[in-house]
Amino acid sequence: MNTVKVKINGMEIECASNATVLEAAKIAGIEIPTLCYLKEINAIGACRICMVEVKGARTLVTACVYPVTDGMEVFTNTPKVREARRMTLELILSNHRKDCLTCVRNLNCELQKLAIDFGVDGLRFADDNLQAAVESSSVCLTRDNSKCVLCRRCTAVCKQNQDVAVIGPNNRGFATHIGSPFERDLGEMACVGCGQCIVSCPTGALTERDDTATVYEALADETKHVVAIVAPAVRIALGECFGMPIGTNVEGKMVAALRRLGFNEVFDVLVGADITVMEEGAELIGRLQSGENLPIITSCSPGWVSYCEQYYPEFLPNLSTCKSPQQMTGALLKVYYAKKIGVDPKNLVVVSVMPCTAKKEEIRRDHQQAVPGVNDVDVVITTRELGRMISNAGLLFQSLPDEDFDPAFGISTGAGYIFGTSGGVMEAALRTVVEKVTGKPLEKVEFHELRGTQGIKEAEYVLDGTTVKVAVVSGLKNTAALLERVKAGEQFHAIEVMGCPGGCVTGGGQPIQSGFTTNFNDLRAMRGSALHKGAVETRPVQKSHESPLVLEIYKDVIGEPGGENAHHWLHTEYKQRPKYPGFVSEK
Amino acid sequence: MPNKKTSVPFTGTAEQEAKLKAVIEAQKGQVGATMPVMQAAQEIYGYLPEEVQIMIAEGLDIPLTEVYGIASFYSQFTMNPKGKINIAVCMGTACYVRGAGDILDDISQKVCCKSGEITDDGKISVEATRCIGACGLAPVLTINDDVYGKLNRGEIEPVIDRYIEEEAKGKA
Repeated sequence: MNTVKVKINGMEIECASNATVLEAAKIAGIEIPTLCYLKEINAIGACRICMVEVKGARTLVTACVYPVTDGMEVFTNTPKVREARRMTLELILSNHRKDCLTCVRNLNCELQKLAIDFGVDGLRFADDNLQAAVESSSVCLTRDNSKCVLCRRCTAVCKQNQDVAVIGPNNRGFATHIGSPFERDLGEMACVGCGQCIVSCPTGALTERDDTATVYEALADETKHVVAIVAPAVRIALGECFGMPIGTNVEGKMVAALRRLGFNEVFDVLVGADITVMEEGAELIGRLQSGENLPIITSCSPGWVSYCEQYYPEFLPNLSTCKSPQQMTGALLKVYYAKKIGVDPKNLVVVSVMPCTAKKEEIRRDHQQAVPGVNDVDVVITTRELGRMISNAGLLFQSLPDEDFDPAFGISTGAGYIFGTSGGVMEAALRTVVEKVTGKPLEKVEFHELRGTQGIKEAEYVLDGTTVKVAVVSGLKNTAALLERVKAGEQFHAIEVMGCPGGCVTGGGQPIQSGFTTNFNDLRAMRGSALHKGAVETRPVQKSHESPLVLEIYKDVIGEPGGENAHHWLHTEYKQRPKYPGFVSEK
Repeated sequence: MPNKKTSVPFTGTAEQEAKLKAVIEAQKGQVGATMPVMQAAQEIYGYLPEEVQIMIAEGLDIPLTEVYGIASFYSQFTMNPKGKINIAVCMGTACYVRGAGDILDDISQKVCCKSGEITDDGKISVEATRCIGACGLAPVLTINDDVYGKLNRGEIEPVIDRYIEEEAKGKA
């Protein structure tokens, strides 16, 4: 690697020759403030917060995009720099609706942090007439443009990571705003609801749709039996809401907190994940034998399913017909558990805690309910909403004891555990499929080639003499790239798709880390490895088909994987949806 | 606000579509193809309604968001067709200081159509233009190809009425 020597505030450091001033300064131990910059996604130097002085340069330069050169001298903290940054910030603040006290991002807002760091102690250009501009047509998220600073992080993520691009900058000058074509509401667009825009927003302009009120209502209703079901990725991220380090596993405290919030029982979506492995495994084996609808593509990620229906309908026959682990868990609770404990399924309220905003749409999908007339899952709240509920209840999260899930739907395997990270679903499925096909136990359960943070991972396995080619992909842009290869004739047998880059661990409902953090840390790896670690350390069984609970549930009620009951309760259908819904020329 | 969506039905022909497709085919894959295609589309259709913008997005394989973003950014792109009677009020400095703003407001009120928009029946459109180079006639406006200058408030309304009458006759 070529390196160059650069002086930052008089201190000489060595850095890669293709580094930016921002990266060089980081090596020197200096964090240059940024607002619009997101590494590899949004490097446009638009917000002008990261201005620094470079010796010999005519004007101040933007550190986030300015490349270093050998012998360059940079000054990050001169009066000129401080003045320019502060003026820029004051101007941004002049057009930002500052209802900080009642904002969902209060104390977790990048703009607020900048105001504190820069010592902004008065507003010379305050606009007191800014009105809220809430757009809440989507069931997944809401937008308030009066808090938008036009950094374009959301639009960059929507287009470059997710290939959806339903939002963009409209109009010009002071009238510039983030919106959809022809000023349509987001709910009218082919948005997949992944929520990646939310976790990239530096302010409170984008938030999940808050469904906690529905949960509180159910908890207060004595006629209801309220159970919580929790996705794998929540337990390794929830701690971040309470200042714990990224990747801290708080499974036990999370269960304790849910119980103290008043849930009658706390169950694990991992059980649904284990059952998904059984169903999807059976489906894969069936399709490998018949050769039909290959490659099979996983359907756990509702953002991806929504994308497939709207942007790649030609692959709908390839989608696994399995409902997602959330829906399977909900379905079994309604059809089986309710009867077991003698509760009318109508009075069993299933609250799902998810790292995902698209799950809020998934429960509203038009699909066959396990108990007709009763939703499989009643409410979805994100990790962040649960974090808020815990704070609201005054629970001292860090001092809570570690408690176990309720056993009826709480005993699960390490295979289900890793469902929350890219590669996990495929790995879990292969552990079961390989053993079922070969009839021999696996020597090692790890499939290392499927792990890691790359957008597209590929591997080949020989199963009973036939070569099976699998691919694992996360992020919808990567997905589109892989699907184009399949369309061009490349052969795969199975593809795992997770809509968000890195999988559920970095889903749109997860705690928000600032751009400062994500630019220099890989959340996908930090949270993903926490899941792999938790799977091995906390679950004695690593294969879904060896889970005692799974075996019991199949014996008691479902029967065979892919059988008649499974078909009614655990499988679903997909249908093509328009790419330009509501537009007149939709043909 | 200019560039608001029109309510006038789209009446594009197959011939126009073929023309646009040919332009897209010629430009596709080139860096910076979007703007020239959009300009050509506006020449072909006279404006850029959503039907046309979707054709461009699909044809160039780019998001509709991008096409709309560009169309709403540049004032030279319009998303409304011109009416049979197109009233263009000059908003250059000379005209503006001599009261073009008031005249524009009067006209908008009279024909029930804001600047940059078109009446629901598609008959009259109103636009505010930049300097048309007739500052000696300030305030000046054009109706279709006719120029009316040195206007005082209240003088243009009878003229507009005449155009409306003639248009109605022409149709009958």
